[in-house]
Amino acid sequence: MMTLQEIKKSLFTSLWFMFLTFPIMVIKVNTIEKTIEWRWERMAAVGLGAFVLSFVWRYLIQRKEAGKKRAEVGSEDKVPLIPRLMSDRRFYMPGLMATIVMVVAFPFVFSLYQTNVMITALIYVVVGLGLNIVVGLAGLLDLGYVAFYAVGAYSYALLNVHYGVTFWMALPIGAALAFLFGILLGFPVLRLRGDYLAIVTLGFGEIIRLVLENWNEFSFGPSGIANIPKPGLFGLDLSLQQSTTFIYFLMIGLALMTIFVVRRLQDSRIGRAWIALREDEVACQAMGIDKTRTKLSAFALGATWAGMGGVVFAAKTTFINPTSFTIWESIIILCVVVLGGMGSILGVIVGALILILLPEYLRAFSEFRMLIFGVILVMMMVFRPGGIISDVRRTYKFEGLGNKAENRGE
Amino acid sequence: MKAVLEVSQLTMDFGGLRALDHIDLEVREGEIVALIGPNGAGKTTFFNCITGIYTPTDGNMQLMPAEGAPVRLNGLKPNKVTENGMARTFQNIRLFQNMTVLENVMIGRHCRLHSGIPGAVFRPPANRREEKQIVEDSYRMLEKIGLTGYVNEFAKNLPYGAQRRLEIARALATEPFILLLDEPAAGMNAQETKELDDLIVRIRDQEQVSILLIEHDMKLVMSLSDRIYVVDYGKRIAEGNPEAIKNDPAVIKAYLGEEIDA
Repeated sequence: MMTLQEIKKSLFTSLWFMFLTFPIMVIKVNTIEKTIEWRWERMAAVGLGAFVLSFVWRYLIQRKEAGKKRAEVGSEDKVPLIPRLMSDRRFYMPGLMATIVMVVAFPFVFSLYQTNVMITALIYVVVGLGLNIVVGLAGLLDLGYVAFYAVGAYSYALLNVHYGVTFWMALPIGAALAFLFGILLGFPVLRLRGDYLAIVTLGFGEIIRLVLENWNEFSFGPSGIANIPKPGLFGLDLSLQQSTTFIYFLMIGLALMTIFVVRRLQDSRIGRAWIALREDEVACQAMGIDKTRTKLSAFALGATWAGMGGVVFAAKTTFINPTSFTIWESIIILCVVVLGGMGSILGVIVGALILILLPEYLRAFSEFRMLIFGVILVMMMVFRPGGIISDVRRTYKFEGLGNKAENRGE
Repeated sequence: MKAVLEVSQLTMDFGGLRALDHIDLEVREGEIVALIGPNGAGKTTFFNCITGIYTPTDGNMQLMPAEGAPVRLNGLKPNKVTENGMARTFQNIRLFQNMTVLENVMIGRHCRLHSGIPGAVFRPPANRREEKQIVEDSYRMLEKIGLTGYVNEFAKNLPYGAQRRLEIARALATEPFILLLDEPAAGMNAQETKELDDLIVRIRDQEQVSILLIEHDMKLVMSLSDRIYVVDYGKRIAEGNPEAIKNDPAVIKAYLGEEIDA
């Protein structure tokens, strides 16, 4: 409920802003003609803007607090909107149909540019789902994740340059190499957790990038590798349009496979061990879970998806150099996971689509693009700290023993 | 009666501080043994040493399963200790808060099963059977402990007493032959303590598990234990049945202090 008090507060804020911005927004001194120009209309604009923004902000915060209070008082299970819609068949089936039609029709309806943007977004979906295993499920904050992405991309590029390995051969090889690197990184960081782990992984990511940048004989240094072939389709000659469409469907397939595998891993003995590790490391070990193996498997499996994403990335852009694998890239992937909702598969997909598509479509406001991006991120963290789609993990519900009816109550 | 846990001359130094000083302890088959002592005496350190969380400075620790050769515990990782049949609970409850009660117990089953990554992804029939078995076994465990009413609740939403019992259920799910309880009655009211007393005896009888517990509630300790070990400043100062311990001058001195004008 908005009271007079709130309006007063907002009014005060706007006055304060008008006062603060007065010297730079209102007074304009012309030093040549020695005149002062008073631009009062600007002051009005600042005042009005600050008033409205402050009002909206207060309103949103209040709504959020009210929601929190409701959740505390009310005992009804508040399932977030999207999972609720998904569990309702009336919405689920048509929704699924519409999604499938949209996904299939996309490259034929939209331009080459749009398809390319979508491919990038799909790569981030796959890579984000991989990182979701490490960060969302096992709770290991990995800031050097892009290193595995680089391993995948460079393994295809280098194998192709030296041995003429094709895309389809390189995909499993890139994945396997990334898996191996995941284990290699995993060993030294087994004892670490939290902030310390983040710093070490950050260092690892930088090491890989610096090696690629400076070891000219091995990786062709900063000049990178060009003319990487696009994936072939039974040796057919594909035009640019066709091959882009092909990569698009390839990525759709890879994303579906990733979702399938990650879901199954999540609901397995291993997935449970990851979650237990996230919850309490000491108790997890005391319950007979091998911490070393569990952590390594999380790192290695997470890295595998990054490796595959990297191979596709190299094939898609046909040119890679170390600047594609900076820390910024790691941060974006991490943002995808955190923004979407840690541990939630749907969340990661939505997060990747938003984070990759938004900056592309905000190009119209190119100067303010990063500003808007930043504002959206901050707003997200204030109003939905659990991510866009917070994790409603499928828990093991007990529905009765064998043919016995559900047996609740002691 | 055969011993199931044998600890001899266990010593643990933290820098210059000797937390445990040549402790000998033995738990025999089907026994309930209590380890008591004033605060800071080294009881929890003792638990952490034998369960592999700390590496002791010196001494020998051995588990003797009913079948098979004795297992030396020195240098084993905590998960190996559990695999070899010794499970524990924690003084400050360490449940997996954001997992359901059932899932907590399912984690306890983890070390007795073997399905790996391919099993998880492809779900062959053997894997499906195993998963189904875990759920059923875990539910049976909850039945034994009397927590079935909470089966689908998150562990963090349980009342305090139920959380303590869930820790015991989770430890039992690892199929131990010796169970270590670290202050199971801490923070419980008289009624809950009474129920716990019954539960511990029932576990011992039904599951054929020997029990070693740390406890401050003397009433519980005296009524439960077959034998009691008392430690103070890392040293063992007494050992014996409850009656003997009650009247042991060294124990009284440790707990109540010495009279000055003797």
